[in-house]
Amino acid sequence: MSLMVANFDLVQRKLKNVKGRKIEAEAFKAPAVKRPTGRALDSIMGWRRENGRVGVRNHVLILPLDDLSNAACEAVANNIKGTLAIPHAYGRLQFGEDLDVHFRTLIGTGSNPNVAAVVVIGIEDQWTKIVVDGIAKTGKPVVGFGIEGHGDIATIAKASYVAKEFVQWSSELAREKCPITDLWVSTKCGESDTTTGLSSCPTVGNMYDKLIPKGIYGVFGETSEITGAEHLCKERAATKEVGERWYKMWKAYQDDVIEAHKTNDLSDSQPTKGNIAGGLTTIEEKALGNLEKIGRECRYIDILQPAEAPAKGPGLYYMDTSSAAAECVTLMAAGGYVIHTFPTGQGNVIGNPIVPVIKITGNPKTMRTMPEHIDVDVSGVLKRTMTIPQAGDALIENIVRTANGRLTASEALGHREFSLTKLYRSA
Amino acid sequence: MGAPHLLAHEKKDTVGVVVVEGLKAGTDMLAVVTHDNSDFRITAKQDIPIGHKVALKDIKKGDTVWKYGQDIGVAKADIKKGEHAHVHNIKTKRW
Repeated sequence: MSLMVANFDLVQRKLKNVKGRKIEAEAFKAPAVKRPTGRALDSIMGWRRENGRVGVRNHVLILPLDDLSNAACEAVANNIKGTLAIPHAYGRLQFGEDLDVHFRTLIGTGSNPNVAAVVVIGIEDQWTKIVVDGIAKTGKPVVGFGIEGHGDIATIAKASYVAKEFVQWSSELAREKCPITDLWVSTKCGESDTTTGLSSCPTVGNMYDKLIPKGIYGVFGETSEITGAEHLCKERAATKEVGERWYKMWKAYQDDVIEAHKTNDLSDSQPTKGNIAGGLTTIEEKALGNLEKIGRECRYIDILQPAEAPAKGPGLYYMDTSSAAAECVTLMAAGGYVIHTFPTGQGNVIGNPIVPVIKITGNPKTMRTMPEHIDVDVSGVLKRTMTIPQAGDALIENIVRTANGRLTASEALGHREFSLTKLYRSA
Repeated sequence: MGAPHLLAHEKKDTVGVVVVEGLKAGTDMLAVVTHDNSDFRITAKQDIPIGHKVALKDIKKGDTVWKYGQDIGVAKADIKKGEHAHVHNIKTKRW
């Protein structure tokens, strides 16, 4: 097959062997773009929302209250181009703390400053109104529709008219220059291996050591994956009182979840099969690598419930989350974080519907076999051609470019994992 | 100094990580301790995949295994210096 190319440099990229067959793909080396340097790294171009928070994306969400309303939401998003439906599995017959997490996640997702406006659709009016009222506190446009008594078709029609108004309105909102300190940046790693603890996790840690003192908000979590390093994590609290609260939360997870539900030991889940293939042997080893993400200097100032928004000002927070990638990123996005940094070793492919997920790897094999998923290559750290501070600078540059509008690998590939956390069985 | 075959985090560590693909038994490896950039040499006794660990000294069954200068588990078999150290000979102390 002949290839016709204009205004691009063509490079051959040799990819992996698949079943003994060598796959070769043409990659295009795009014309160079102007990269931010020096003072250009101190600000980003974002959208300042009604409540003063800064977003880096401008989504109009079609948000289902519950599983039953997914079809209507997807129909509206199909009707109105530029809107985004985020279907999910839950929302009926939940109660207690589990229901609280559900509402907090939906309200937090709609309230995230990466979202310009929201259409909520639920099977009935009352719970739909709870989500609408929660999002409305941000001051952004939001409207809700209940399906009962109207049916899907009438609901889809009414919701589509509003969604069209929202998307046309939001398309005229302009980005404005905002200080980098307006960014809220979360982190969680996945498909970890021994290279994440040596390179990509300390890269995130170095970024936090540089940006947290300037005044950004950060967050880390993954309660099960701190096991083995809990003594070190407790010491990283800003005060003894916060450390004690953290330890109590971690211990409750061990007792109420692990001890209550384990059938043998957790060696088949923590570390995962992918972790073990990548060379990680024990949960202690995985936890120590994981904790590299909070750098050398940062101290966390408060403990957040799943999907809870931080309220103690700029700084690093801990959120009590699952270690499952999509669940964790979904909760942090609901907490209000607008960019996620995701170190990976063996090559996690995760994205999120509303938050750009920046993936970082130091594993040269992963860079060779699945480079289309990686945004920041720090494999030079293993070769000792790149220092951790240099890797941290490369990540900060990528964060600024992503905030300014560059699509991440996961955005370009259409990864929109929206996974709700479920604490226990529904009624 | 060329690119290392193996990285260890701390001087105290009894295991290090292979950071090159296709490492063969008998390779005279250049190893670097990332904490202080000091280096040493060690011979691989087996083919070891990238990301997997090598014993940096003879480890006896029942010994604590050290990485990051921290306890990462216990040896469930003797591991000779230069041998592959993983789930077949190391176990968590947690579960």
